Amino acid sequence: MSLRFGLVGAVAIATAWISPAQCDTIKVGIIGTMSGPYALFGQNFKYGIDAWVAKHGSKVGDHQIEFVYRDEESPNPAKSKSLAQELIVKEKVQYIAGLYFTPDALAVAPLLEEAKVPMIVMNAATSAIVEKSPYIVRTSFTMWQNTVPAAKVAKARAAKKVAIAVSDYGPGIDAEAAFKKTFEADGGTIVQSVRMPLNTTDFGPIMQRIKDSGADMIFTFLPAGPPTLGFVKAYIDNGLKASGVKLLSTGDVVTEPDLPNIGDSGEGILSTYHYAVSHDSPENKTFLADMVKAGAKPDDITMASVAAYDGARLIYKMVEATNGQKDPDKALAAVKGMKWVSPRGPVSIDPDTRHIRQNVYLREVVKQDGKFLNKELQTFDAQPDWGLAKN
Amino acid sequence: MAWTALSIGLDALSYGMVLFIISIGLSIMMGLMRVVNLAHGAFAMIGGYLASFALKSAGVGYPLAIVLAVLGTIAIAFPLEFLLYRRIYRKSDELTQILLTIGIAFVIIGVANYILGPTTKSIPLPSLLSGPVDLGFRMIPAHRIFVMICGVCTAGLLWLLIDRTEFGIRLRAAVDNGDMAESLGIKTQILFSATFALAVGLAAFGGVVGAELLPVEPFYALRYMVTFLVVVSVGGAGSIPGAVAASILLGLADTTGKYLAPEYGEFFFYLAVILVVFLFPNGLLGRRH
Repeated sequence: MSLRFGLVGAVAIATAWISPAQCDTIKVGIIGTMSGPYALFGQNFKYGIDAWVAKHGSKVGDHQIEFVYRDEESPNPAKSKSLAQELIVKEKVQYIAGLYFTPDALAVAPLLEEAKVPMIVMNAATSAIVEKSPYIVRTSFTMWQNTVPAAKVAKARAAKKVAIAVSDYGPGIDAEAAFKKTFEADGGTIVQSVRMPLNTTDFGPIMQRIKDSGADMIFTFLPAGPPTLGFVKAYIDNGLKASGVKLLSTGDVVTEPDLPNIGDSGEGILSTYHYAVSHDSPENKTFLADMVKAGAKPDDITMASVAAYDGARLIYKMVEATNGQKDPDKALAAVKGMKWVSPRGPVSIDPDTRHIRQNVYLREVVKQDGKFLNKELQTFDAQPDWGLAKN
Repeated sequence: MAWTALSIGLDALSYGMVLFIISIGLSIMMGLMRVVNLAHGAFAMIGGYLASFALKSAGVGYPLAIVLAVLGTIAIAFPLEFLLYRRIYRKSDELTQILLTIGIAFVIIGVANYILGPTTKSIPLPSLLSGPVDLGFRMIPAHRIFVMICGVCTAGLLWLLIDRTEFGIRLRAAVDNGDMAESLGIKTQILFSATFALAVGLAAFGGVVGAELLPVEPFYALRYMVTFLVVVSVGGAGSIPGAVAASILLGLADTTGKYLAPEYGEFFFYLAVILVVFLFPNGLLGRRH
């Protein structure tokens, strides 16, 4: 079975390899969470790409670009891998992009070199992903990138004893390590470190445990999605907020669509993140207007759409550089070191790590004119991925 | 230390009560009507969706939303009872039941996903039930207190209904010997339909009040089904005290595990299940069939 599949795949890849120029349509496979609990972010991929296409046209030179969507649903490596195989073999895509979850991105990575398909990661945030193949570029963020500034904020806000609570999978463990290393190097103490299973819905006991540890601040990461709301609610309803324990998180926990659900009691939650929908810049204003034109509801816009918008920029650049030919090395060379002003601020692709270098902002949840938003308080300029940076 | 234990106990009790309210309907169906209803979780989910719709789109109050959700779910389930469930009461073999009811669950998941979309639907709480309550030694979400009261009331009322009323006597008679009950003039078909409605209504009620702990989304129907079945098998099918005991025991195992060693996930929950089923093959208070 696998032998036959391999042969079919090899033949198909070979055919695609020999005759790419005859077909003037270049396909890009997007693997995202189009349904299931994380559907909002898959839709954000699509809106971001649609906004880019609406602005810059669906053609690069003479080449028509077509985006083909596949649904990864949830952290499901086996499914994501077979979706990628299908996209490569059957749809003959030249690029793969998207990937909300780390395990899914890791499952696709080994296929890329053999199929000569570059992959643009638009969300999955574990540092190591870009090391798994030379054909991976990332336009989102990493946990280390957003967490190192968080630990500095904790120190600056005079936190002495911090409890860490993270989701028990790749990015959570990265966040835990990044915070612990940075905070302890600055002389802080970690009194508690909890790894929460991904499917946790009842955070009451965990809050109790943190409370009993005597921490004066919680640092947390959960992947943006339904559980983050449960976590913040449990933090408030179990009285930790009232008793003065501060909550510091990466922005994943306070994505803009969740803020109205968290409500008034969410005011004052601090987070460090690479993009706030409220970011004040002309590029962001244009971007938000384009998003609405592409069909997104203003209240549904998240960081995933910006990563997709910038990801589409890279894909267009790669198509231009290779003139539509299947040449991954040339495509990658074209985007390494690329600099531009994204809706989130000035960014560049680090030529060594192929990860995006960007500003990270400290934000606070505030209510302005009846709407909740993440207000930027402080900027950490041009942060590399601290998990990969050699220093 | 004692305060910590008490505080874990409170969390366990509220989680256990959610499990109890949803699972007791399943237990009644299995114990009294010998139907393994794998679509039970789907009915709980429908209840949650209806309450969410009533609160957010129709703008009714929380108590009324619960009533509407329960009645609405029974109304949706009634045609299914009339056309399908009626054929599998008591007599059919397990395989037929499982194929039929899991098929119904899949259809409900598909329809919910298609019409309402894949996202989680929140059930906004009234201000009385949201936010923390100070118990002196700890703060607890007001909603959890409400859930515990709901659980105790449900258990008490059900026990009264089945053990102390005319309806309960007839139902138990029909269960113990259906043919004899019929010949004595008891209309078993109507009794069973009413019990089905009761089971579905309880599922919907649990789906609404438990939504803070088990969020409502299309895969709810299958995601928590194993947990509900486990409660029934640990407690013993058809036994109300058994279901109460099982819910609290499993709630305690899960909550204590989460407090002491969260990285073990559901290990302690299933460890408790294995131990109980090993020691009591028919469940804690189940009868041998």
